[in-house]
Amino acid sequence: MPETATATRELTLAEAVREALAEEMRRDPKVFICGEDIAEAGHPFKVLTGLVNEFGTERVIDTPISEAGFTGIAVGAAMTGLKPVVDIMFGDFIGLTMDQMVNQAAKIHYMSGGKWKCPMVMRTTLGATRRSAAQHSQSLHAWLCHVPGLKVVLPSTPYDAKGLLKTAIRDENPVVFFEDKMMYKLKGPVPAEEYTIPFGVADIKREGKDITLVATSSMVQVALGAAKLLDEYDISAEVIDPRTLWPLDEKTLIESAKKTSRVIVIDEGYGRYGATAELASTIAEGAFFSLEAPVKRMGAMHVPIPFSPPLEDATVPTEKTVFEAARALCG
Amino acid sequence: MSTTVDRTQTPGKADIELWLRMYKQMLRIRLFEEQVNQLYTRALMPGLAHLYIGEEAVAVGVCEALRPDDYITSTHRGHGHCLAKGASLDLMFAELLGKEAGYCKGKGGSMHIADPATGNLGANAIVGGSTGIATGAAFSAKRLGTGQVAVCFFGDGALGQGLLYEVMNMAALWKLPVIYVCENNMYNEYTHYSETTAGDIELRGPAFGVESHKVDGQDVRAVYAITQKLVERARKGDGPSILFCDTYRFHGHHVGDIAREYYRSKQEEQAWKTDRDPVTSMAKNLTALGIADSSALAKMEAEIQSEVDAAVKFAIDAPYPSADKVDHDIYA
Repeated sequence: MPETATATRELTLAEAVREALAEEMRRDPKVFICGEDIAEAGHPFKVLTGLVNEFGTERVIDTPISEAGFTGIAVGAAMTGLKPVVDIMFGDFIGLTMDQMVNQAAKIHYMSGGKWKCPMVMRTTLGATRRSAAQHSQSLHAWLCHVPGLKVVLPSTPYDAKGLLKTAIRDENPVVFFEDKMMYKLKGPVPAEEYTIPFGVADIKREGKDITLVATSSMVQVALGAAKLLDEYDISAEVIDPRTLWPLDEKTLIESAKKTSRVIVIDEGYGRYGATAELASTIAEGAFFSLEAPVKRMGAMHVPIPFSPPLEDATVPTEKTVFEAARALCG
Repeated sequence: MSTTVDRTQTPGKADIELWLRMYKQMLRIRLFEEQVNQLYTRALMPGLAHLYIGEEAVAVGVCEALRPDDYITSTHRGHGHCLAKGASLDLMFAELLGKEAGYCKGKGGSMHIADPATGNLGANAIVGGSTGIATGAAFSAKRLGTGQVAVCFFGDGALGQGLLYEVMNMAALWKLPVIYVCENNMYNEYTHYSETTAGDIELRGPAFGVESHKVDGQDVRAVYAITQKLVERARKGDGPSILFCDTYRFHGHHVGDIAREYYRSKQEEQAWKTDRDPVTSMAKNLTALGIADSSALAKMEAEIQSEVDAAVKFAIDAPYPSADKVDHDIYA
């Protein structure tokens, strides 16, 4: 938080997202949003409630249930002078949009030798434990990180969500913005003044000296909770949120690893071939000779997310499992 | 609906100029593509190319009805669309050879020619992949009130892609100025479209409330005439339409597709080449109507050929991009 923020209020993450959209739509008439049930319904998670009243159905557009189709239309609209913000209700549905994101949006700038641009934002969700089962609970952001031409943003607080979304909308490239559906009601300070947060700048959420917990999105609160538990054992944990997985602030991660010499990387995506693998290898390559132990990775279990609560809860890292892993690493 | 041209009226000066211009454009595409084939067989071109020979009347008839600032999206078989929309021969050849001077600095190649200056949103190597982009461009045109229209070229193979039907639905709902132009050359790569395509393709548009027409895609004047009407209604705000152009690719799926008898007969190919060649048909019309005699047409062809030769030389002589540019242009 900048110390100059004078009129700081508490907003939920959903309110912060909504405020970012409203401010950017006021600033730039070319910005519009489209997706399923986003106008009068205000989105099933009520993130967008009221936007249609201010901006009308011309700029808050209810689409058919055609994720590939309206994502494709957004790509074309972005190339020809508009600034689309596409709403994909559940991150699990990005599979339906993949050709448009991976082969069209991500590539048109490069394939055209830099002549066409595709300044669009795709907002979608991640996160399990909502008892929504295997097709509404995945955290699939690593899929998009794998593709050159896209930028991938994972905010973990209302403050970050607002500042990063405003930056995403002003970016000249396709940006995929993942919101944790379980954090929409999380409250946090958000200044009333205009601000943006640059991409590629990690945030040290908590300073520490014994171990670094690199955490993304939903896992930042988990890491902060684990850090408190570790305090009681005189283990001082540093918690770092990369905030954008691409571009990635490698320097901050590596410097923290060099300082603490122990690192756990925590992300709600699948562990195998996932974001944790990339983050861990980045740290291992950059801080190898300062590390006391191999970088530990914690992600979702490699199973389809199950429905039954005790099963689902077993699939994702928790304060307790992170705390235990950290203690073992520091032991 | 099927469309024909009234040929009973005596052509005026404007008609004659239009027909000559369209003939010349078709011939440019034909000679360009023949040169591409030679570049391939002489091993001067990296990769493959999908030749447009036989289908020239579609691109030329459609693009002639467009404004310079109207948008098109093209396909893997896209050289004809790009040239008809105004691309220059030398920058096209340079791109095909992977040279820095090419339309995409050599990063796109044959299947990805793009050029904002001529409204070309890009050729697309995903079949049906550009249907969203064209519809989105029409969305922008309507929202920004520019009066532009967008033409989405695709082949019969794209009729198998769901994206087309998703975006046609939205184009109709939102009355977008987009014209879907289906070049039905009857082959989805190496498979006859009757094996892949159920029902009546002309009913697909009306199912969404999209006006549908069919035209002889070998008759450039007919293609132009119907496109003009569809462009006019799109500009007026009357919404999208779909145009089926019956056509034929004289060569294989790509330049390397030589032995083709397993999916279509030599007799079929020969019949199209003899009776249904859009370039020679138009030449016959021009001479029959006394607009140009054979020596005038031969002169025209020689001029275009020397233009093509100069463009190829430019491309062959042009330098490749330096390897350190490989990671430029990933992000704007």
